Amino acid sequence: MPNSAQLVTVEVTVNGNKYSRNIEPRMLLVEFIREELSLTGTHIGCDTSYCGACSVLLDGKLVKSCTALAVQADGGEVMTVEGLEKNGELHPLQTAFSEHHGLQCGYCTPGMLMASYSLLEENPAPNRDDICKGIAGNVCRCTGYVNIIKAVDAAAKQIKEG
Amino acid sequence: MYPAPFQYYRPESLQEAIGLLTKFGDEAKVIAGGQTLLPMLKMRLGDMSYLIDIGRLPDLSYIEQRGDTIHIGALATHADIANSDVAKVIPLLKDCGGGIADKQVRNRGTIGGGLSVADPSGDWPTGLRVLDTLIVCTGPNGTRNVELKDFIVDSYTADLRDGELVTEVQIKMPPANSGGAYVAFKRAAPAYPTSTVAVQLTMNGDSCDNIRMALGASGSKSIVSEEAENLLKGQPLTRENLTKAADIIVAASKPPADARGSEEFKRAMLRSLVVESAERAIARARGEEIKGGHRYA
Repeated sequence: MPNSAQLVTVEVTVNGNKYSRNIEPRMLLVEFIREELSLTGTHIGCDTSYCGACSVLLDGKLVKSCTALAVQADGGEVMTVEGLEKNGELHPLQTAFSEHHGLQCGYCTPGMLMASYSLLEENPAPNRDDICKGIAGNVCRCTGYVNIIKAVDAAAKQIKEG
Repeated sequence: MYPAPFQYYRPESLQEAIGLLTKFGDEAKVIAGGQTLLPMLKMRLGDMSYLIDIGRLPDLSYIEQRGDTIHIGALATHADIANSDVAKVIPLLKDCGGGIADKQVRNRGTIGGGLSVADPSGDWPTGLRVLDTLIVCTGPNGTRNVELKDFIVDSYTADLRDGELVTEVQIKMPPANSGGAYVAFKRAAPAYPTSTVAVQLTMNGDSCDNIRMALGASGSKSIVSEEAENLLKGQPLTRENLTKAADIIVAASKPPADARGSEEFKRAMLRSLVVESAERAIARARGEEIKGGHRYA
């Protein structure tokens, strides 16, 4: 067993900003984002890789940040829910979630938004089934998903129309 | 939840990784995508002092066909495989890789990890069991090829020797007129499957030339039955014949009663999944494009 806590330097670009921190290698990516960078939009829900509340993009791919070590993201690019807004303008997905009441308590929302963002990046015109599959790794215990699906559908159409 | 403290290594070559693994032995664990390991470490299951991160080892993510064999590097992710050209040729690979957990997990989890874990409810061990699958293990004494049926020794136990890593999976191309399917029944996408079934068959006109079936989450490792397969060989694959074979293979299974269902429920589920998978496989053997997809509660 090693004698003292090892520290590793981790450099990550989050929402376009570069950060460097000396951390224990056991630090999870979600803790790095929340505790080290104070970006608390990303939520910890189940903390067991089930609920998806902690979903972020890592190098363009949707991942559960409670199930990645920060050191695994070293040198990588992360996008969190805070990265959706551009120049004070909400992303069409954020507007659509608001307009269609795609949330009640809001706990799952950051993960839902990132999963939906990832879906629309890969498939700009998803049908209902595609949307359901796209958010299958994200659990909402309030809404029954109906309004979330409506919101994603509306955002896709909004983005298409420009 | 945090894992207990460990010393972290990120080797830059396979040789370096094998050297570290050989040096630290049972005190080390290997992480690739970490989709099984990290939840376990967070729950403080298992004891280890050294974490060897092989996630960035070069040239282990390929997915390619060479001659009559498909070669998949151990670090290819489930998503990479599901979206690959080879998954179009062997649709069972798309069913399996594209159905594991959810998109987030498929983006990180690797085929090498999924096989090394040897979880009885894992998708790759049962899915690949019905194909001619070789596991390439690389260790301090070089490489060795192990048939998948021998590689999975028992529940959570793979035939990996000291200092060895899975480096490649080789799958032989099925003959003409073949089709396969893999179906899992799950309570929700991120949940581990309740029951899984893989079928790969080759047709000769209306009758079955060859068939292989495997059941997952139904015992300490994938369940197969020569008796059930022999019953179908040379026969037309009618619903009646498939049901008879399903009864035989399900009788050989030992599904554990747990939070996902009683033994009786799981046996009934397995019987219906065998027929469903076989009928998808038959349609694919005829050249029909059948969308895969798992069944959800």
